[in-house]
Amino acid sequence: MVQSFRRLKESASQTAGPYVHIGATPNFSGIEGVYPYDLGSQPLAPEVTGERIAVTGRIFDGSGTPIKDALIEIWQADAQGLYPGQGERRGEADPHFPGWFRQPVDGMTGVYRFETIKPGIVPYFDGRPMAPHITFWIVARGINIGLHTRLYFDDEEAANAADPILARIEHRVRVPTLIATHSGSDGMPTYTFNINLQGENETVFFDI
Amino acid sequence: MRNENSSHQGGSFYQRDRSWHPPAFTPDYKTSVLRSPKYALLSLGNTLSEMTGPVFGHNMLGPLDNDLLLNYAQTGEPIGPRIIVHGQVLDEDARPVRGALVEFWQANAGGRYRHKKESYLAAIDPNFGGCGRTITDDEGRYWFRTIKPGPYPWPNGVNDWRPAHIHFSVFGHAFAQRLITQMYFEGDPMIWQCPIVMGIPSREAVERLVAALDREATLPMDTMAYKFDIVLRGRRSTLFENRMEGN
Repeated sequence: MVQSFRRLKESASQTAGPYVHIGATPNFSGIEGVYPYDLGSQPLAPEVTGERIAVTGRIFDGSGTPIKDALIEIWQADAQGLYPGQGERRGEADPHFPGWFRQPVDGMTGVYRFETIKPGIVPYFDGRPMAPHITFWIVARGINIGLHTRLYFDDEEAANAADPILARIEHRVRVPTLIATHSGSDGMPTYTFNINLQGENETVFFDI
Repeated sequence: MRNENSSHQGGSFYQRDRSWHPPAFTPDYKTSVLRSPKYALLSLGNTLSEMTGPVFGHNMLGPLDNDLLLNYAQTGEPIGPRIIVHGQVLDEDARPVRGALVEFWQANAGGRYRHKKESYLAAIDPNFGGCGRTITDDEGRYWFRTIKPGPYPWPNGVNDWRPAHIHFSVFGHAFAQRLITQMYFEGDPMIWQCPIVMGIPSREAVERLVAALDREATLPMDTMAYKFDIVLRGRRSTLFENRMEGN
């Protein structure tokens, strides 16, 4: 025998289920008055610096049907590329920008929509710049462990070409699954980012 | 920075053991069949985007947020077995995770969720909403008071029933630690018949999701107690990590 590490195992994930909204967005689900607002749903404060954008899309299952019960969380840097939260030691991020948002997809159409700002450049662990990106985390009925992916922007061609994460995708035909397309304006620049869980044009998901 | 374990700042997270977690494709849980990626996940060493995470302050909590007996009460208290659920949020090195936001949601005593898409014929309880949240203290501890949820049928197999369970959503210190899971109750025979539970490959991993009846925390003539610890990913110390400035 050798010495034990005395490490614990991470608690196993389980699906968020179809009623995740009760816990995560109770006001949206019709349980009003417990919390003043749904966490992660508040609009951007007017003081936030950076270019206002909207991000929208749908999540499709392996049959091409949009999912109508998913919950999406996003996490991103501020306009200067600083994260407004724990673990950021390079400087003080925009104090008015939360960096984290949470929205259910629409129960009828499956469409989600976030209004945020375009994030700045964040360095990879070796110091090279990563192209502007937004981290997505998706949970739903039928998803046993939350899926991580990233949204990149189609109008950041040069930065995307130099991005160390995108560069690691062996099957180059899959790279466009991570690139949101700007689609005119819906009052503000809007990027469409559809997510395919399985099959044709399956989105790249990460083990982070 | 606030809420961080000073001894473990900055390091990347231990790789997630995906043979311990349920895989994406668990066909006995039918919805997973079309919602599971077919391609392999792309392994991504932690970057700042994964090693950082949002901060939630105690000031966002209302006084009844962790009391499901009172936070939706309209005409009285909800019906059902009164229980306390408590435990610690730890990392894989058994260090407390302080300042972690823990959210929970559940059905009522009859197994009925308060949700517009739920049509189970068991009655809604007018005094039970079914959601709560709290933030762990300096020792990583959390607790809340609620009604023990009932099992409920679901359209998977023709006669499938979920064991009694409470859903948990946990935010650690970084987005890499984000976790949603379910807590089950000691002694429930339904646990071992549930396709969602049995998607977890090992019996040992399932047992870690089963809360033990806690006689010592039970309040006499008042409330039973269950203890449920949650483990989030651990992280390396920075001793031998030679990372560039900026990460």
